Amino acid sequence: MGTMGNKPIEKIKNLIIFALPGILIFLAVVIVPFLYGFYLTLTDWNGVTATKNIIGLSNYAEVFKDTDFWSSMGLTLKYVFFSVILVNLVAFMLAYVLTNGLKGQNFFRTGFFTPNLIGGVVLGFIWQFIFSRVLVNFGESTGWGIFSTSWLSNPNKAFWALVIVTVWQLSGYMMLIYIAGFMGLSTDVLEAASIDGATGFQRMYQIIVPLMVPSFVVCLFLTLSRAFMVYDVNLTLTGGEPYGTTRLVAMHVYEKAFTARNYGVGQAEALFLFLIVAVISGLQIYLGKKKEVEA
Amino acid sequence: MNTKNKVGGAKRFAVDGFKVLSMLVMFALYMIPFVLIILNSFKYKRDIIKNPFSFVAEKGYTIENYTVAFEKMNFIRSFGNSLFVTGLSTLIVTILASMTAYYFVRSKNKFSSICFSLMAASMIIPFQAIMIPLVSIYGAKLNILNHRTALIFFHVGFAMSMSVFIFQGFIKSSIPLSLEEAACLDGCSKTQTFFQVVFPLLKPITSTLVILNVLAFWNDYLLPSLVLGKKQIMTLPLSTYAFYGTYSADYGTIMAGLVLTVAPILVLYLLLQKQIISGVVAGAVKS
Repeated sequence: MGTMGNKPIEKIKNLIIFALPGILIFLAVVIVPFLYGFYLTLTDWNGVTATKNIIGLSNYAEVFKDTDFWSSMGLTLKYVFFSVILVNLVAFMLAYVLTNGLKGQNFFRTGFFTPNLIGGVVLGFIWQFIFSRVLVNFGESTGWGIFSTSWLSNPNKAFWALVIVTVWQLSGYMMLIYIAGFMGLSTDVLEAASIDGATGFQRMYQIIVPLMVPSFVVCLFLTLSRAFMVYDVNLTLTGGEPYGTTRLVAMHVYEKAFTARNYGVGQAEALFLFLIVAVISGLQIYLGKKKEVEA
Repeated sequence: MNTKNKVGGAKRFAVDGFKVLSMLVMFALYMIPFVLIILNSFKYKRDIIKNPFSFVAEKGYTIENYTVAFEKMNFIRSFGNSLFVTGLSTLIVTILASMTAYYFVRSKNKFSSICFSLMAASMIIPFQAIMIPLVSIYGAKLNILNHRTALIFFHVGFAMSMSVFIFQGFIKSSIPLSLEEAACLDGCSKTQTFFQVVFPLLKPITSTLVILNVLAFWNDYLLPSLVLGKKQIMTLPLSTYAFYGTYSADYGTIMAGLVLTVAPILVLYLLLQKQIISGVVAGAVKS
């Protein structure tokens, strides 16, 4: 009683009604394409022809020769590194200040979260206007050289524009998770520390940070996976320009498959991306869990 | 003692003042992009180029940008498409995922645990590793792309694993088996038990998931761009993108278009901010 039926016929009926529809859609949309993707990497399909020829592993060899892929992967790693650090730093500070009983803290929280509600396409367009028109205008009227030309026309500045927009977008989201973490801290421990004469910095590094490890694990995981896969903002803010210097790996994979019509190589590169994301986020969760146990 | 308190009070006051001030500065930085977009959406192009900051426009304000953008973006139509796709996808994924999760919790067999592990593991696959074969199977082989129902089908499939995962955790920890047994002593079917007893109890977690899925579906660009090519069936992000490409030099019109795209979700946020914020936090911490 209470399980999904006693008689075999009843069990099968419940399986079909409850679980099968969900499982089948999931398999059809996620698992089958994922597996089929391995087969695609062994073919020379161009997206148009009806026939595919099996060409063995040469697409993988092609990946190693594709210098554009590796440079976009390098750029992505750099982007992920700075975004993850800055997003979490800003988010942690915001959360710290906004859990101190400040006046209007709910209002601030609501405001900082707003960019997360809006899709990357629109955010990218909004900031494209800011960087290419507003800041240039600002530079002209104040004489500040740093803004005199559009950031989006200089490879290095365009990269930082991407990072800035990412921080602006994601920090409010991570802030909410850190706030939840701060609210869960036991006030007893903090008070005990103050009574024992712990200074602000000691309190932060020796008590708050170790206790916040679970929140760090969640936030780092979310920012890492978001940053590796970013596409929308990249597309509408810089579009990979100038001269393809800000093309992150997700955009490279897209163009390889759908613009250059090289599906096999594109999919092989996508699998590399998958591998890297899986290894890095797996490692991060493993280390985080270890820290959590120690703390 | 008295003086000490006063000194502490003054210091605390100064620190608080500094905190409020720094928050205000940060807040202004976060909000300026929105303010500028809204402000310039009411100006003529010449005034925008001349001074995008100014609240004073030489040629005055206009709502012409909005009428043009509204029409050129096909706003009503793409808004309707987004509403249709987001609404139906969310409804379907909520029902299917809760039923699947319920089955996984209540029927402890090998099949359940294998399927559940598969779903949990699949959450680390990036969309980029699936999109190419997805287009190849459903586009080239089956030729069913370019329908809104196809997009709904894909949305449901991609959202399934996370939704099942979150429902599973909730059902396991907070739906007691005895309750179901007591509620249906007269031997009603499992389906009746689920919809009349269990599903209403899932309400807190259901609202979390609805919020997460609605935001994800409404704002999604990459998947819809691969599925929907025809203009009449484009969702809002797609038509915004197409519109921007055509009118990128008409700043006023562009700004108005962006405001129109953002407005529905911001209005919703104003009405439901508490629920949205707590939903997002609950979703992130649970997965």
